[in-house]
Amino acid sequence: MDDMDRRIINRLQQGFPVCDSPYEQAARELGLSGEELIERIGGLLTAGVLSRFGPLYHAERMGGALMLVALQVPEQRFSEVAGIVNAFPEVAHNYRRNHRFNMWFVLATEQCSRIPEVIDSIEKDTGLKVYRMPKIEEYYVGLKLEA
Amino acid sequence: MMDPFDRRLLEAIQQGLPITPRPYAAIAERLGIQEAELIERLAVLRRQGLIKRLGVIVRHRPLGYTANAMIVLDVPDRLVAQIGGHVSRFGFVTLCYRRPRHGEQWPYNLYCMIHGKSRGRVLQQFQQLSDSCGLRQFPGEVLFSRRCFKQRGALYRSCHGGDRALPI
Repeated sequence: MDDMDRRIINRLQQGFPVCDSPYEQAARELGLSGEELIERIGGLLTAGVLSRFGPLYHAERMGGALMLVALQVPEQRFSEVAGIVNAFPEVAHNYRRNHRFNMWFVLATEQCSRIPEVIDSIEKDTGLKVYRMPKIEEYYVGLKLEA
Repeated sequence: MMDPFDRRLLEAIQQGLPITPRPYAAIAERLGIQEAELIERLAVLRRQGLIKRLGVIVRHRPLGYTANAMIVLDVPDRLVAQIGGHVSRFGFVTLCYRRPRHGEQWPYNLYCMIHGKSRGRVLQQFQQLSDSCGLRQFPGEVLFSRRCFKQRGALYRSCHGGDRALPI
């Protein structure tokens, strides 16, 4: 990754044009040709620096639901429980954290009504209580990482 | 309920935009519409906020962002919006939410994330945040992620059978 790759990542985390030649337009700002930009984005995707090049959707406005939840998993059961939890397709972003509440993940479902069903299944399969940490208010979401 | 055409459109681009000189023309062709129509519709979906962002989605770790701290605080309810607002003004804060408490086991109601390249740096930033926003008066904890098990947006089947990527 060189400086130009970094500039591309920083610039295209802000947005991508919606017009008939968007690569061309974005490239101009970066001092590249459209083809060069296309090639570099392809390279960053292949290298795994980018997970995707496309849209981020607003789950709730699409009719879906997201919920952060946490579990207190006994240390000796951690990998077993992680296996059970991660097998659910509704589970995303599962992190181990240094706390008694040591497993944190997000549930993402197509319909709001699925969230309690998935929670019930996880509780039944793991024998552990799933603590619901839904967002009550959002003060800031700006997850953009400077490359 | 979302318009069926919009749903098809969002499904067509969810895995990513074509990396070809005229990506929207390629998608429009797949959907059987004109490029101009697609561009107009995308602009509307962006304005409405269904598409929060269009562009690159980065993986944290290849960029060196290995320290991911979730800072949780027990802030009196009457102050939480104000403190949340202050905290959100700092560039290194990536997310800030209010969430419910769970009794004595989990008294925290304000969550704030810092993604950084080292724990030391993140702790420094937290200190700066604490000093500037007066956070020391509130009970709080910093939870670092120790290992990442599953870092991807959830993919789930939509009513039309495709998989859709969700942002978190």
